[in-house]
Amino acid sequence: MNKDILVWVEQFEGEASAASWEAVGVARQLADEGSGGVLACVLGGDGLKDLAEEAVAYGADRVLWAADPTLADFRVEPYATVLQHTVREHEPGTILMAATFRGREIGPALAVRLETGCIADCTELYFENGQLMATRPIYAGKLVSRCLIPERRPQVVTTRVRAFPKPEPDLGREGELVELSVLMAEDEIAVKVTGFEESEGGVSLADAGVIVSGGRGVAGPEGYEPLRELAQILNGAIGASRAAVDAGWIPYEHQVGQTGKTVSPDLYIACGISGAIQHLAGMRTSTVIVAVNKDPEAPIFKIADYGIVADLFDAVPALRDALREKLE
Amino acid sequence: MHIVVCTKYTPDSEAKMSVDEEGNISWGDSPLIINPWDEYSVEEALLLRDQHGGTVTVLSVGPEAALEALKHAVAMGADEAVRVWDEACAGSDTLATSYVLAKAVEKMGDVDLVLCGKSTIDAQTWQTGVALATRLGWPSLMYTINLVELRSEERSITVERLLEEGRQVVEAPLPAVLGTTKGINEPRYTSFIGIRKAAQMEYPLWTLEDIGAEREKVGPQGSGVRWPEVFEPPAREGEAEIIEAETIEEKARILTEMLLAEKVI
Repeated sequence: MNKDILVWVEQFEGEASAASWEAVGVARQLADEGSGGVLACVLGGDGLKDLAEEAVAYGADRVLWAADPTLADFRVEPYATVLQHTVREHEPGTILMAATFRGREIGPALAVRLETGCIADCTELYFENGQLMATRPIYAGKLVSRCLIPERRPQVVTTRVRAFPKPEPDLGREGELVELSVLMAEDEIAVKVTGFEESEGGVSLADAGVIVSGGRGVAGPEGYEPLRELAQILNGAIGASRAAVDAGWIPYEHQVGQTGKTVSPDLYIACGISGAIQHLAGMRTSTVIVAVNKDPEAPIFKIADYGIVADLFDAVPALRDALREKLE
Repeated sequence: MHIVVCTKYTPDSEAKMSVDEEGNISWGDSPLIINPWDEYSVEEALLLRDQHGGTVTVLSVGPEAALEALKHAVAMGADEAVRVWDEACAGSDTLATSYVLAKAVEKMGDVDLVLCGKSTIDAQTWQTGVALATRLGWPSLMYTINLVELRSEERSITVERLLEEGRQVVEAPLPAVLGTTKGINEPRYTSFIGIRKAAQMEYPLWTLEDIGAEREKVGPQGSGVRWPEVFEPPAREGEAEIIEAETIEEKARILTEMLLAEKVI
């Protein structure tokens, strides 16, 4: 085993997820510190050449890629198998990937196959006496745990989306592209993908730099309309509290909090959200929090940076207009 | 159909968590509950049993407190409950825990489907379901938000699972490990009769020997990950700066300037 770090760069229709570049960025930083190299692994159906070159621009020294019909759709079996062979051949000491739906499935699958540990959803990574240390939130961020994998190598680590900065690509960087040859045959793969239903447009919560979130105060499904208009100006995503989801005003995919998604956007605008502890746990690491609430005593004001005490149906359109004036 | 639901006890999601000087985690006087994500798995298992017949067994690896989770599942309607524990299991990460779960599922022998919650609200590793599937060599169908169809004769299943970009429709042979997520169903409340049944039921305890697990593969020596330190995160400082102005339009303009100054828009 060596000091190299392998990053699995996930892609959808030939486009890498921003979270994967965040993982490449932190891998580059750690590899420089530990004098190792960064290997990126890119898997997919076809047309991966651009992506492989992009991986170099983001900091990879070598890109190991495989394009094959068996890899066209994301599936654990063929992906983990190719990664496992790649790890055996190139012997990286550390394997990194983003803690997305895909990464949260591949990371542990790969770790079990390699009989090693997987530290999930890290928000901080650093070396201490040559040992990689990880910080990760637990209990929805109510507590923080410091973890390490002391003995087993390679070690697997997933990085929480948006916890690490996305590096600036350097188009002048040079790297090596290596095609991988070990693949599974389709008839060895048990799981078949028979369809895909793309979610209704908009920005996904996990990747969003801005989230406009609505709670009980939106008072019904139509109450999200002004929030959507505000989000659109900011190229943001729509979030919701558990109360709003449980009331059936908005689908679960939008829920932020301990029983929903944990997010850390640059800006979180909480509208008509009182600030129950489960909700706060899911958004407390946002860079700037704005609260709009009628009730000046609402607990959300305890965690927010800026507050407007007003009815959201007055404040949100006013904010929309003020932003439109400034930004457009 | 024999359906197994893996479950874990956790402190209530309302609990205020703290860490004392010795590093012990406390959840105050909040109750221990079934991991909320697991309720979706129990519900889905009960729906499948009602449709296809068979048995639902809940399985938990844990000390006596794990009975809280098992009792809740039985009160919801699960038929059988098994707890696996040995002091040697303390300090297990998901590598070791998935090994113990796999050994217990293998001992049961006739399992068609294992259901897991997407994660637990305590350690939040999102790992145990897929790790268990890998251990068993079964397909893993994590983040299932819709169980489209289970064909018991054909022994196959079709589900919709979540990815960032949308829902992937996937078909897999049984046995398989399925991870549920909120939205797949609406978990039922426990009934009075269910609670009484749960209180009267026997909860067999399986030891490592019972399931044929090797001791060196559990606990810290069977684990990859160590977590020597847990602490409370620094609190977000102070209270919100409440924006004061005559009109709401003026407040909105002031806030916009502040957000521009913060460089977050």
